[in-house]
This record gives sequence, C-alpha cells and structure tokens, in this order.
Amino acid sequence: MSANGATAAGTSAKAPADDTIGAPSAARVGNPGPPLWLLCELTYTCPLHCVFCYNPTDFAKTEQQEELSTDDWIRVLRQGRELGAVQLGLSGGEPLTRDDLETIVGEAHTLGYYTNLITSGIGLTEERIKALKDAGLDHIQLSFQDSTREVNDFLSSTRTFELKSKVAALIKKYEYPMVLNVVLHRLNIDHVQEILEMAESMGAEYVELANTQYYGWAWHNRERLLPSREQLRRAEETTNRFRERVGSRMRVLFVVPDYFERRPKPCMNGLGSVFLTVTPDGTALPCHAAKSLPRLTFPNVKDASVEWIWRDSPAFNHYRGDSWMKEPCRSCPEKAKDFGGCRCQAYLLTGDPDNADPVCDLSPHHHLVTEMVDKASAPDAPSPVVEHPLIFRDRKNSRALTS
Amino acid sequence: MLLYPEGMVKLNGSAGEIMKRCDGVRTVAEIVADLESTFATTGLEKDVHGFLTMALEKRWLEMRA
Repeated sequence: MSANGATAAGTSAKAPADDTIGAPSAARVGNPGPPLWLLCELTYTCPLHCVFCYNPTDFAKTEQQEELSTDDWIRVLRQGRELGAVQLGLSGGEPLTRDDLETIVGEAHTLGYYTNLITSGIGLTEERIKALKDAGLDHIQLSFQDSTREVNDFLSSTRTFELKSKVAALIKKYEYPMVLNVVLHRLNIDHVQEILEMAESMGAEYVELANTQYYGWAWHNRERLLPSREQLRRAEETTNRFRERVGSRMRVLFVVPDYFERRPKPCMNGLGSVFLTVTPDGTALPCHAAKSLPRLTFPNVKDASVEWIWRDSPAFNHYRGDSWMKEPCRSCPEKAKDFGGCRCQAYLLTGDPDNADPVCDLSPHHHLVTEMVDKASAPDAPSPVVEHPLIFRDRKNSRALTS
Repeated sequence: MLLYPEGMVKLNGSAGEIMKRCDGVRTVAEIVADLESTFATTGLEKDVHGFLTMALEKRWLEMRA
C-alpha cells in the first residue's frame, strides 16, 4: 500500500493493499474495529522537496518546536497498541531527521508492532541502520524518484541519487526485505523499464510503482504530473512483460492512477475503519490527507486519548457507516465495497466532501476527471519542458501557497 | 494475523495452523504429517500445497533449498 510519500511514502496509505482487512461496515459506528494500521508522521522536516508529496501544502505552519516529543510518541504507541493497532508506519517528512527515531522504534518493537520505516534514505548511515536493527525495526521502504540521477534529483530538487543507491546496498547488507517505492507520473512514467531494472539490480523483493494520487503538493502540480492514456498503457505493458520474466522473485505492484478508473478506490477501507494517522503536531486523522477536509475538527493526541479519538470523537465517527452519503452512493449496491471512494478527492474536485468520488462514472461530476485526463492525453498537452513551473515542496512555497 | 512489509492479512484457522508450522526447519511433508496427526485426519497434502503456493506467490513465505 502506498501514498505519494513525503519522503515518498509511496501511495501506501491511500489505497490499501489487496490483503488489507477492514472492519465490517455494519459494526462501525458505535463499535469500530481496532485501528489496525497506525501511521506516525514523526516530522514535516524533509531534505527532499518532491513535487508529488501528499503532505499538506500548509505544512510550514507547523513549526519544529510544535512537533510531538519522544514521550508523546511513546504514549501514542502504547495507547494505539492497547486498542489493537499492529502495523506501524513511521513516516514524515523524513523520519530519519529525528534523532529519537531509534528510541521510538525500540518502544514500538517492545510493544509488539510490526515496524515499517518509510524513508527517502537520506540520513541512513551504517551506524543508524545498525542501531535501528538492534532496536527491532522490521522493514524499510526506500523511495526513489527515478532510475536516472538527473530526473531523480530534479524531481526531489536535491542531489541524492548516489546516496540512495548506497542506502539500498546497506538495506541488503542488514538483511531487510527491500521494498522500493517509486511514485510515477508524467515526467518519469516512460522510464518504467529502467526503474524496474534498477530495482532488480538492487535485489529488491518488492517494487511499488505507485502512480501519483492528487493530494497536497501533487494536487497543485496535477497538470504537470498527470500522464497521458498512452503513457499509462505503455507503462502497464512494460510492467507486465517484466513480471513474466522475473516471476515470483520480485513482486511488482502497479498502482493505477485512479483518475483513469471508472470506479473509485475503497479509500482507507472507509474512513475510521482501519487507519489512524498522527501528524507531526499530534493531530489525529482517519487518513493522512484528511486534514484538508472542511467542517471537521480533528482531535489532537496532546489533548485526548487515542481511545477517545478513535471510538468517540465526532471527526472519526463522521464518515463511519453510510448515513452521510448522498446519491448516487446512498442507494448504490456497491457502497459497501468502495464506501463512496475518497472524501478528499470528492472535496478537491467537487467542493463537497460528501459527494461521490468523481472517479466513479456514476457521479454527476465524473466529467471533471475525464476532462483532466483528456487534456493530459491531447497532443498539445504540456510537455515536460517547464512552462508553468513545478512547485517544489519546501517551507517557502508552503508559506506562499497558504498566506 | 500475518504482518509483512506494509500489509497484513487475517488468516483463517487452517491457514494459521499451516503457517505456524512453517519454521524454516520442517519440510512440507513433515508439516502435512504433523497437521494430519494433530487433527486426526488424512489427505491434507493437496490443501497444504495449495496454500503454500499462494503464500509463496504473495511472498508471505520464502522457499529454502
């Protein structure tokens, strides 16, 4: 699973993997299942400035001194575990910029979580990977922006390609399963063959080719990032040929960009059913992009227990069940399967988060999506040559976008 | 519950019993024999093979020579 990372957290969280289990929808309101999946965004600080990052564009409003302390995070981990959380994502920003990462991992391991570090690899020295291994870290997901140094470095607005390659070797040396995450979009999707070959030469066991989902910074850059239908078709063909060649040696996940679909993704398996995200300042969200949703006041772990937040807070109960739904979702036989799709997407595209996700062709707003794809697929679509400059994720641009 | 990189799956009873026995030491034949004796039944080989094949494809398990 994956979301356009900050540190490239991949697409993970937005589209749960096929094996992800959800709580039965009927039991949710009043008696939700456990927040099986806890994502801790430890910091917004990141050495990369990726144009497709899902982090909120106003992240610069959170000053570093407002970020949760080590003790706060440990309390969140304990309370989450008591509620039944088992799968832990440590993400950001770049989690390695926190010098208490090893302490947090150690506590999580002792509590019995399966611990995933979602990282750009920047800052992962041999000393730190050894300390993380000793602390009990189970898995590292490493992001790459492209198979070539030029594009990798351009997209992240840094010079980091060689460094990442060294980190990939360290991950193998310390016997971690290697999961490479590459967020795909218009500017790198034609390199899928080279990206897969790079992953193979690094000995990756899993590769996530996660097409950009349009939230946060990616939403602002959507016209530059959305691929054409033809680009997507070629990339899928290439991926399938590669899969046939490598067989089960490597698992390649190709997350199709949902703008090209006719039915929405069952986003987060329904808000408040499985996923709990805690942002760097302690705001608790039912999805890592949910901060953008209007009308809801999200609770903070500094003020309330994780148990109250998950079970009782109005924000987490709001989208449980289906009483919030409008037509065509409300009477749709597929509502128990896709939960009406993504609330954030409905809001970004239609202005009302309670509408059907416009990716669905039953939505009266579906044309908004197809028009965007048509535009991206037209012969005179924007070329990778920058006419409208890409907006890189950094504090200066964050302030400019939200002032 | 089986946890793996960025994923999880709730195994049903039989799958859980098979998985518990995959310890990197026992052979498939030994696992089948153990299951058949524990549950006082026979003919589990096909089911065990079916599950292991799927688990290998999903990389829940690794094959050792």
